[in-house]
Amino acid sequence: MTGIVCRCMDVTKEDLLNAIEEGYTDIESIKRVTGLGRGPCQGKTCVPIAIGIIARATGKHPDEVGYITPRPPTKPIFLEQLADEEVKE
Amino acid sequence: MRDRAKLVIIGGGVSGLGTAYHLAKSGFTDIVLIERGYFGSGATGRCGGGIRQQFSEEYNIILARESVRMFEKMSEELNQDIGFRQGGYLILAHTEEEAEHLRENVRLQNSLDVPSRYMDPSEALDIVPHLNIEGLSAAAYCPTDGVSQPFLVVKGYVDTLKKMGVELHDHTEVKGIKVENGEIKKVITDKGDIETNMVLNAAGAWSAKIAEMAGVEMPNKPYRHEILATEHMKPWLRPMIISFHTGIYFSQSHDGEIVGGIGDPDEPSSFRIDSSLEFLERFASVAVRYIPVMKKLKVLRQWAGLYDVTPDARPILGPVDELPGLIQANGYSGHGFMIHPMVTKLLAEYIIDGKTSIDIEPLNLRRFKTGEIIQEANVVG
Repeated sequence: MTGIVCRCMDVTKEDLLNAIEEGYTDIESIKRVTGLGRGPCQGKTCVPIAIGIIARATGKHPDEVGYITPRPPTKPIFLEQLADEEVKE
Repeated sequence: MRDRAKLVIIGGGVSGLGTAYHLAKSGFTDIVLIERGYFGSGATGRCGGGIRQQFSEEYNIILARESVRMFEKMSEELNQDIGFRQGGYLILAHTEEEAEHLRENVRLQNSLDVPSRYMDPSEALDIVPHLNIEGLSAAAYCPTDGVSQPFLVVKGYVDTLKKMGVELHDHTEVKGIKVENGEIKKVITDKGDIETNMVLNAAGAWSAKIAEMAGVEMPNKPYRHEILATEHMKPWLRPMIISFHTGIYFSQSHDGEIVGGIGDPDEPSSFRIDSSLEFLERFASVAVRYIPVMKKLKVLRQWAGLYDVTPDARPILGPVDELPGLIQANGYSGHGFMIHPMVTKLLAEYIIDGKTSIDIEPLNLRRFKTGEIIQEANVVG
């Protein structure tokens, strides 16, 4: 029954099934209700697994579950790598 | 979907959901709420979650003050932890003129029972020890300002409204509004039509388009605002840091990420919500100038949302003179989430009683025709 789906944010399979039971069946809503995919890997590990679980639990095709909008940057980057020395005001 | 309702609410962000909640609490549940995406998919779910009472204009201060009192009780009321954290807002000024402006604001806020205080930059170090005060002229701090998690607020409303028997439809799009002889007759959606005489226009940046469907012209314009979140950390930053000089704001959410944005005065009006590297660079440059240790902080993700901006940066609330069945709940100009509790309570009062406990007439759409406009100055971006 229970297993970790999102390692970054500690979201379990049970958390996903509870969200579905509450009526949240698309991946964008489930991301926001459970925290899924909001950690350092930004869903690269957990979202495909979650889609499978949601599809099975709701009887939807995985395409109907959808995919979270990928957000830049691709990998976490330090603010100092982005900051200008001279601050424009 | 029902084919008839006393009220159709267009928009499933905090403006529409909050109004539905206050109506249902008073026993008014003959409502259908329509949301084009998922609940909170517009500005609500994209905003920084900041809750500030430090405005320059009396009306905004009162709405924000009353809203803070409601946020304080919201987790209990909605039976949902909304991640509300009162770490205050620290406003940073750079010039003498800005310092004088802050001093005047604090005087007005204090006269309205908002406990903000004006201080020298060195005093701000007691609140944020990591702050670099070089080049700052003054600061203002209000300890009861704070942040909350917009998505948890949305979840609280959605779950509560479903229990109260209010019909909510996400992933449903409004295609038209039928008006005959100055009266609303019907809302047409892609999932069916709903006969109604009353529509609440809570469609955020798309409100002017919704109003246009009913033949009503509005001055609202959409503007992209970009925002980012960093990796999660233990709590170290108590207040929201904000500066009207640089246009930046950032705070630490209750789950530990820094969430922040920076306005771009050159951003043209549009419906685009894509992300730019230029935004990351501008945010990073200003953030590390204020708090140098943030250099070693990593950005996890960036996104954008739309401000629904009016010519005076104040919301448009209440009925339209030429079409009284169309009630406006939009134009929040970047401050919708923070003032929504009181605003939506007032809108519910208007819908039920035709009158409100705080006068909302000054925020009617007609002000742009009569020219009675008071500008809100404390706006980011």
